[in-house]
Amino acid sequence: MAFRSAVITFPGSNCDRDMADALEKISGSKPASVWHRDADLPEGLDFIALPGGFSYGDYLRSGAMAARSPIMQAVVAAAGRGVPVLGVCNGFQVLTEAGLLPGALMRNAGIRFVCREVMLTVENSQSLFTAGYETGQQIRVPVAHHDGNYFADAATLDRLEGEGRVAFRYAEEVNGSARDIAGVLNEGGNVLGMMPHPERAIEKAHGGTDGRALFESAIKALVGA
Amino acid sequence: MKVRVHVSLKNGVLDPQGRAIHHAIEGLGFSGVADVRAGRLFELEVEPGVTDAQLEDIASKLLANMVIENYRIERVA
Repeated sequence: MAFRSAVITFPGSNCDRDMADALEKISGSKPASVWHRDADLPEGLDFIALPGGFSYGDYLRSGAMAARSPIMQAVVAAAGRGVPVLGVCNGFQVLTEAGLLPGALMRNAGIRFVCREVMLTVENSQSLFTAGYETGQQIRVPVAHHDGNYFADAATLDRLEGEGRVAFRYAEEVNGSARDIAGVLNEGGNVLGMMPHPERAIEKAHGGTDGRALFESAIKALVGA
Repeated sequence: MKVRVHVSLKNGVLDPQGRAIHHAIEGLGFSGVADVRAGRLFELEVEPGVTDAQLEDIASKLLANMVIENYRIERVA
């Protein structure tokens, strides 16, 4: 069965083609490209991706304007029906601003934009997105962000940890994130937001392939191997 | 009429920008500044019929991110 996915493009998205390329290379099916002004998503989607970039020039707050764009109502509705949604980098910021994930992404603690490869620890290998990894496995994935400093109040952080919703943690100091959180899942486990870019680590030319298993496991779970 | 919405970080939320600004103030040779918190000011030109409840909605649904920020609404005649 063909894998039906969509990549949402906002004005200022700049990783939408990388994301579409990763999804196509790994699933064999070309994702639909959806514009932020569209009110509807294609029918029967298996997977929705919100890419990295600087939607709306990061006006107001990173992801704030995109979270209120027309297509996000459809994304929120789809997520509510259980459709898997992956938000990477700016996509993660959009998911928190849209209320699909708890917390907020603030300016990096060191003020500077961080653009390099970092080591992550896989904290939960039971989710749709992380089943291709082992719990505790360390993977190397690039980051490129200015606002990746994850914040949530202590009660929310405790709940996320207790419910196994911390998907990835930084294995080194990157941006000051609370409890080194790099990626979180929603309550249903079908929405993942993460600052690192798995779509930039899927083939040898990228310098590493540790991001590949994320797409492989999701695609396998959704449409079979 | 003019309405000002002041948005500031909640207590306990670290403010790296405020800290950097604080360092810059000290770098300019000013002493006696204990702390700096950076915020935002929005000036809205609204019709007289716009209610406080509507302004609260605008502030809490868009201008401020209630996870990390507080807001204060000020009607300026």
